[in-house]
Amino acid sequence: MLEIKGLTAKVEDKDILHGIDLTVQAGEVHAIMGPNGSGKSTLARVLAGHPGYEVTGGTVRYQGEDLLELAADARARKGVFMAFQYPVEIPGVNNAYFLKAALNAKRKEQGLEELDAIDFMTLVKTEAKRLQMDESMLQRAVNEGFSGGEKKRNEIFHMAVLQPLLAILDETDSGLDIDALRVVSEGVNALRSPERAFIVVTHYQRLLDYIVPDFVHVLSEGRIVRSGPRDLALELEAKGYGWIEAAPAGAHQ
Amino acid sequence: MTTMQAIDWVHAGQAALGTRAPQWLAEHRRGALDAFDAAGFPTTRQEAWRFTNMGPVASTAFVLAPPDADDAEAFVQAHELRDSAATAVVLNGCFDETLSSYGALPLGVVVEGLAASLDTDDSSARDLATGLAVDRHPFAMLNAAFLEDGVHVVIPEGAVLTAPIHVLVLTLPGNAPVMAHPRVVIEARGQSQATVVLSFVGGGNAAYLCNAVTQVQVDEGAVLELVVDQRESEHAFHVHHLHATCAASAILHSRAVSLGGRIVRNDLEAVLAGEGAHATLDGVYVADGAQLIDNHTSIDHAVAHCTSHELYKGILAGQARAVFNGRILVREDAQKTDAKQTNRALLLSDDAQVNSNPQLEIFADDVKCTHGAAVGQLDEEAMFYLQARGLTPTEARDLLLHAFAGEVLSEISVTELRDVLERSLFSRLARHIA
Repeated sequence: MLEIKGLTAKVEDKDILHGIDLTVQAGEVHAIMGPNGSGKSTLARVLAGHPGYEVTGGTVRYQGEDLLELAADARARKGVFMAFQYPVEIPGVNNAYFLKAALNAKRKEQGLEELDAIDFMTLVKTEAKRLQMDESMLQRAVNEGFSGGEKKRNEIFHMAVLQPLLAILDETDSGLDIDALRVVSEGVNALRSPERAFIVVTHYQRLLDYIVPDFVHVLSEGRIVRSGPRDLALELEAKGYGWIEAAPAGAHQ
Repeated sequence: MTTMQAIDWVHAGQAALGTRAPQWLAEHRRGALDAFDAAGFPTTRQEAWRFTNMGPVASTAFVLAPPDADDAEAFVQAHELRDSAATAVVLNGCFDETLSSYGALPLGVVVEGLAASLDTDDSSARDLATGLAVDRHPFAMLNAAFLEDGVHVVIPEGAVLTAPIHVLVLTLPGNAPVMAHPRVVIEARGQSQATVVLSFVGGGNAAYLCNAVTQVQVDEGAVLELVVDQRESEHAFHVHHLHATCAASAILHSRAVSLGGRIVRNDLEAVLAGEGAHATLDGVYVADGAQLIDNHTSIDHAVAHCTSHELYKGILAGQARAVFNGRILVREDAQKTDAKQTNRALLLSDDAQVNSNPQLEIFADDVKCTHGAAVGQLDEEAMFYLQARGLTPTEARDLLLHAFAGEVLSEISVTELRDVLERSLFSRLARHIA
């Protein structure tokens, strides 16, 4: 589904990614871990098409297409979804109205009919209930005045409604208490399917107790320095990131 | 100093009004003309006109507009509201009875030509019209020097109108640049409730000057919503001086939408003259191309326990320029004043420009006054967020602009007009932003 080769990227003249290689197959869950500043969120944002990040080298193929040639909105309509680390507050834009526009933009791309207001509301109310979201959040302005937990929940809610093929969760666990973490994780697990892949970016292994990954990759200074099964995350928790950072960056190459 | 030419066309036009006016009116006009002669057209050396060069108005030899036009009926049909209680049409400065229409007006409601009202002795309209203080505003002097006609609206005591009264000011130039100086007088008597929509529209391919004055009196306990819908032609010079006085516990909601015109200058003055009065002054404007939109507002907290809430929002594209000057005067006796002013502008191009100036003059010590101004581009992170969910850049931008303008537009109680204005706003923007 996703094949990243030698990806390098910079933001504001600062090189952040120094050559990422990563292959993700449909049905898999990959966790990207690493200390602060290792480039985890940069990788997520580059994949989502954030205009502030400049790709300086490498290739990314998604469903056989050159992902880097697609604008952010085209990626989204083709099934790429990023749950934001810091969801943006948008005053005056109704959450449900926006989500309907997003869903119908995607359905149009797929050659499907647009959902009418009634079918849409039935869908979103079901998903909102599953995520134990207050229905009032649907009619509020996007993320405006939402608590940190509500914002993250709203991201997963958007994901559940939009049904992406490739979901990238950028530090979805940060700012969540344990109950919210459980609810959000259940929402993610409910979406796991053989057609869908996840890239879960997180600083802490705690999230991976709930969303159990197939693979764990450790990022340090813009490179994947370790890859392994789920146990790698537990090892990281026990030892911290120090033992990886202490190793020379090129040791794994 | 004004040019001789400017004074010439003003005098020629004023002379063309004729000599049949009653003595009180002739004297009033003469006094205003003398004041104008002394003041002259404003220049950018004057503080209140620093960013707004009215030179193009002064140097155009406007003549009085003829009180008819072939396409007037089509314009009225295109702009009248379906569900209004009355539509009073002012064509080229004069009330047009034929083009106006009335639904079932509640007993005592007056919607008539101002000339007829002025003609009546003991007329409240005459007292208000001649009582206008014009000393600070040369264009108001000019309007007074040309005082002749317009519309007079009276909402009688205790009346509650559910349908809006629509005053449609239409200016249609022929081949020569024309001018019109309409006067609108609105009296909302005690405990009444009403909405008045004041539309300014125009057409044709020639320049014109619509120099309007609106006077509003909101009596004790009355609630008046005044929607100003400015959609003049792109060749128009539009100058509007709106003066409102609110008595005790009176509420004025002014919602001004400015979409048209080449050079637009709005002066809005609200005087909170009785305790417990409230004024909402909201505005939204769109300017593109070489348009200039200047909103000067002034709220005079003359007595204690009054509140005012002001929100002006602008969207600018192309080389458009905008000016916002928000004066809040809190007089010595106006304790417990609560005044809030916010001015925001979105610049959609590098060449667009806004000059924003809050002007707080506070002489009482126990008051709450806040003001804020923000000028910026569309929020890039918000744009990315919307696009990352699948909206095209155009869809994302429109959604953000809707939200931005919607904060003011959504407060307009006349849904039919609100929808028209929203469409009109976006069709304007669509031309300049691909």
